[in-house]
Amino acid sequence: MSPETPEQAPAPEEQATGTDPKPEEAQVERADPRNPVSWLPTLVETAVAIAVALVIGALLVVLSDQDALEALAYLFTYPADFFNAAWDAIWSSYSALVRGSVGSGDRLATTLERAAPLICAGLGVSLAFRAGLFNIGATGQMVFGFLAAGYVGFTWDLPPVLHMLVALVAGVVAGALYGGLVGLLKARTGAHEVITTIMFNYLAASILLYALSKDAFQRPGSDNTQSPPVADSATFGSVADVHLGVVLAFLAAGGVWWLLERSTLGFELRAVGSNPDASRTAGMNVSKVFTVGMLLAGALAGLASTMQVLGDQSSLSPTLAGNIGFDAITVALLGRATPLGTVLAGLLFGALSVGGVAMQASAGTPKELAQVLQALIVLFVAAPALVRGLTRMRSSASGSTVQAKGWGG
Amino acid sequence: MGRMSAATAVSSTGAVAVRDRADVQRQVKLAVVYGLVLVTLLAFALTTSDSTVWYTLEERVNRKESPPVEANGALVLWPAVAVAAVAVALAALNRVPRSWVGVVVHGLVGVAFFAGFLVWVYADQANAGAIVMTNPLPGTIRLATPLIFGALAGVLCERAGVINIAIEGQFLMGAFFAAVASSLAYSAEMGLVGGVLAGIGMGALLGVFAMRYLVNQVVLGVVLIALATGLSSFLLSQIPNDPDVKQYLNEPLILPRIEVPVLSDIPVLGPTLFNQTLLVYLMYLCVVLVSWLLFQTRWGLRVRSVGEHPKAADTVGIKVNRIRWQAVLLGGALAGLGGAYFTVGSTGSFDNGASAGNGFIALAAVIMGRWHPVFASLAALFFGFMWTLQAQLAFLDKIPGELLRASPYLATVIAVAGFVGRVRAPAADGEPYVKS
Amino acid sequence: MRLEIKGLTKRFGSFTANDSIDLTIEPGEIHCLLGENGAGKSTLMNMLYGLLDPTEGQIVVDGEPVTFASPRDAIAAGIGMVHQHFMLVPVFSVAENVMLGREHTRGLGVLNRRKAAETVRELSSRYNLAVDPDALIEDLPVGVQQRVEIIKALSHDAKVLILDEPTAVLTPQEIDELMEIMRELKRQGTSIIFITHKLREVKAVGDKISVIRRGKVVGTAPPTASETELAEMMVGRAVQLVVDKEPANVGEEVLSVENLTVVDPRGHQVLKDVTLAARGGEVLGIAGVQGNGQTELVKALLGLVRPDAGTIRLDGEDITRHGPRESLDAGIGYVPEDRSHDGYVGDFSVRENLILDLYRTDGFSRGLALRLDAIEQNADARIKEFDIRTESPETPVRSLSGGNQQKVVVAREFSRPLKVLVAAQPTRGVDVGSIEFIHKRIVAERDRGTAVVIVSTELDEIYALADRIAVMYDGRVVGVVGPETPREEIGLLMAGAGAGTTAATGTDTEVEA
Repeated sequence: MSPETPEQAPAPEEQATGTDPKPEEAQVERADPRNPVSWLPTLVETAVAIAVALVIGALLVVLSDQDALEALAYLFTYPADFFNAAWDAIWSSYSALVRGSVGSGDRLATTLERAAPLICAGLGVSLAFRAGLFNIGATGQMVFGFLAAGYVGFTWDLPPVLHMLVALVAGVVAGALYGGLVGLLKARTGAHEVITTIMFNYLAASILLYALSKDAFQRPGSDNTQSPPVADSATFGSVADVHLGVVLAFLAAGGVWWLLERSTLGFELRAVGSNPDASRTAGMNVSKVFTVGMLLAGALAGLASTMQVLGDQSSLSPTLAGNIGFDAITVALLGRATPLGTVLAGLLFGALSVGGVAMQASAGTPKELAQVLQALIVLFVAAPALVRGLTRMRSSASGSTVQAKGWGG
Repeated sequence: MGRMSAATAVSSTGAVAVRDRADVQRQVKLAVVYGLVLVTLLAFALTTSDSTVWYTLEERVNRKESPPVEANGALVLWPAVAVAAVAVALAALNRVPRSWVGVVVHGLVGVAFFAGFLVWVYADQANAGAIVMTNPLPGTIRLATPLIFGALAGVLCERAGVINIAIEGQFLMGAFFAAVASSLAYSAEMGLVGGVLAGIGMGALLGVFAMRYLVNQVVLGVVLIALATGLSSFLLSQIPNDPDVKQYLNEPLILPRIEVPVLSDIPVLGPTLFNQTLLVYLMYLCVVLVSWLLFQTRWGLRVRSVGEHPKAADTVGIKVNRIRWQAVLLGGALAGLGGAYFTVGSTGSFDNGASAGNGFIALAAVIMGRWHPVFASLAALFFGFMWTLQAQLAFLDKIPGELLRASPYLATVIAVAGFVGRVRAPAADGEPYVKS
Repeated sequence: MRLEIKGLTKRFGSFTANDSIDLTIEPGEIHCLLGENGAGKSTLMNMLYGLLDPTEGQIVVDGEPVTFASPRDAIAAGIGMVHQHFMLVPVFSVAENVMLGREHTRGLGVLNRRKAAETVRELSSRYNLAVDPDALIEDLPVGVQQRVEIIKALSHDAKVLILDEPTAVLTPQEIDELMEIMRELKRQGTSIIFITHKLREVKAVGDKISVIRRGKVVGTAPPTASETELAEMMVGRAVQLVVDKEPANVGEEVLSVENLTVVDPRGHQVLKDVTLAARGGEVLGIAGVQGNGQTELVKALLGLVRPDAGTIRLDGEDITRHGPRESLDAGIGYVPEDRSHDGYVGDFSVRENLILDLYRTDGFSRGLALRLDAIEQNADARIKEFDIRTESPETPVRSLSGGNQQKVVVAREFSRPLKVLVAAQPTRGVDVGSIEFIHKRIVAERDRGTAVVIVSTELDEIYALADRIAVMYDGRVVGVVGPETPREEIGLLMAGAGAGTTAATGTDTEVEA
């Protein structure tokens, strides 16, 4: 037997021999949810990340501004001209961004409605992350939601509230089944979910096109690949100027929180996501957890799809899903795969997206800037070492609960 | 030394006779798959009443210069059924070898299936001879070109231990800057240079955040794609529609086709392989180059060592992160070339989302090809082939075009789920190396 | 080459790992460095090999002071190292591994594999180290992999070879072979620094012995010094490893294993026709060198690995096809051999880890909802009972010390009624205090009538706990003996002696899948 004499000896010795440096894991020391102070570094880091992204965005605004560029030509003769023009450009763009997103009750409602599907789909991605699954497939899962909720919505004839509920359930279930299939494939065959979800997105797009080429999904008398909107009886209806879907999104976030933090299933999801081997040894059925995790993720994406079909009453078209499925990933990453974080990130991205359009209209700054800002924010949030370097913070108490590591398989 | 002699006395302990479960699974799987192929082929053969088909070796039908040839499809269908039947028998008896002979058997069954399928699709035409089977290979090569570049980029990065999900992002930036460079320089070839530089830039971003700031590399890839998508559309929106300005920024020249003398005269293969653009020839070169670099050179040995066991490489004095940087930047350059395909290599001016998800398919090819440059390229060719086939079959109404469109993706899922399964990535893939 | 270490010191923050160490290695001598785990041997060697920067002190080669910024410098100075965890790329061939970093090329950087293979052949014949240069590392047994490491170091013209705990993974037979290799190297003029904590080996092969304790050289001794002398120098006090226990009160047979065979995914039979039984109220120790099937046996018992043949019975009930959950529910307690891999979830708090396999029982959940109050109470009680040193129950287990991490696992497994306790390497990497505590709890569990199965590669631990000892070699149980059996006899069994008879009966058992 070989006892280690000094109690504190093992740590430096291990460090010295350098057993498998895995800093990403070493840094995962979760902030304690009940201790507000432990969240502080996380909040500061996020704030700094947003600030840095805004600064880079400001540079892009200046470069896209005609007046500023012209003033740049004679920067050394009349430097003030340039800085005035640049400031004007930045101020008008960013103020338009803010006004356009939260400037009035009306704008706020639009922002909330835009954020709702992002939050739902983002919750789906977050939930999968916590189970150690990287779900790129929110788009495909949403498409199945569209098909089911839409079909029920515009072909069946049911009394108002019931119709909406049935369509809602149909959309959620369809998304869940499509997501669950990914989990099942992974559990049964080890097929990597990144590959299968990407493929399932394309597969779903093809199926959507096929459906839209059939009479059952087309507007009567039209041959366009566009469906009719759902019947009025199937719409969400509004609560205080926003449709019911917004409320559902917040409820879903609460539900996901309870599931993850307070339920046995969530305990299993988090355990498997963090250490599948130990989970298996502790008697958990890892295959089942993968399947259920993806099933739930798909259900949340399905819920997101109903926001558009039943909430906005949009018609089904090949481009209806747009970027929501992909943005959901960045939302989840920014929200560090926690329900609260996802809600906040979803609201931020919703605001950026709505405000971006307003910015283009009033300040002439391209709305794509909003997209660049989103990516930059997430990039900087994902690089705490960089942000810490910028702010000279020395804390290491924060980290992410995002569990996707390598191909591991 | 009494201990030693005692030990040697039992060094050859016999194994207990137990049938390996994995072996049984393989037998069942093969028998089922081959069985399905056989049943489908039989159905094709039995439901075809008029098996006459028309084909041409040209890429497009040209009735004047090379009129379509009439052929009896039954001569293909029934042999295909026979091949499948033999394969089923072999599988049932567990006689399919595990060596390269087995691979040949899989290949033959695959070819038989495709041949039978094509005959079935093109047979029984209402207007005899109206629709002609054309040569899918030139289109396959063209569509596979960016995929192969992307797959090679992925292979290089991941062999060095850096996960590269951002191939799509590298494509987008490569495509955009290829268009700009080509328009500015009024030269299609300069477009390639622009693409390469943009790809290297994206590679550098990947490198900085993965190796310096230790960002989770799967996350990083997704974020870089989002960034490239946003940035390329932002930059595109900066280009005014005024034709006077636009021609200098987003009206690139398109790479011309170059016929390689002599080689292009080889029947069938010549026009397929050697009447292509410069980019395609570069692609051939790069497949060879990357395979050679990785498996025959000192640099490649080091790249693979830092991707598998960076600490071991460090203890013999190899600078792990320097090698990784080289691989990531070279990978970026290749992906940039792939991106250039979407502008100067095919359609010309850049449009939002020009790469249309090809980067994701390239990523799938990397994994299907098990991180091997040649196999990954073959996987990319498979996608190119399926896309070309889908375009060609769109004229026939035997199967709906939309479902045909889905077939490559479905095939990938089946391949990954059924055959590739738990593939083994380079052991240190995605793990940043930090010296203690 | 004469290697001198003068006043070498290494500090990590406030902790001094090496405190002013002086050593001289003369040309052609085998210099043994004896010390417990954690005494600072590896730190010292990592400084010598350029992997760590010394805080103070000097390394002197042939009278010249040198500094090593990286292993490259150390290699250039003639120092080679065989690490405890091999630094070999598993998917490379032997020749590729040997040439890595100093590749033979033919211009344009093209590898010259033939030349590399020749180098390996040449070295292996010169030093009598049989290795096939074209074999893949992952296909080779550990003993041969170690030879590759030695060849690798020699190919860099090492004059001083550091062997860091080289015998930990070897069978006694392979250890004998290694010693022969060391003597051969010495004959040809290579000096060797041999790091170990095993006294017998030091006495068998060493020319000079330096003992390190708590980062300091506490003395040197000739190989003629007695084992007791060396042990006292190493530990600083007389070693007391006997666990106080009453004679076993053996009951009924609880766990029985018959003809168990397991084939790994690569088609190797890792467990061959194993038959064993554990009775209530006794500790069955399973001894053997690492990698002789113990891991698979333990995993099969819990249902983590599905046996390809044979049966496992618990109280007469066939549990061969049970998964881990059914096995746990049936009353098997399990302490896995690699706790960070299988034993706990590092990101989870102590509180959560204490219910990792209990969360779905009535006490801790109601329907789908977790009962937070019960979970909290459980954590407080276990932390107190098992003296788990943690800042709070909320602390992630990852940040606890090894001993406390193991206590979390043990506390969890002991907190439900057990019929069988299966513990693999229960005290690996655990401090002395925790070892004593864990051993006491294991004996207490035995005295409650539980059948206890302990797997350990440390014979001392087996002797301290076991009432019966089963020895495994090459996937088989080669003998079951009493606790009074002398060390030498068990050593012979661990080396495979006596396996012949078992093998003969084994081949008769043909099992068709």
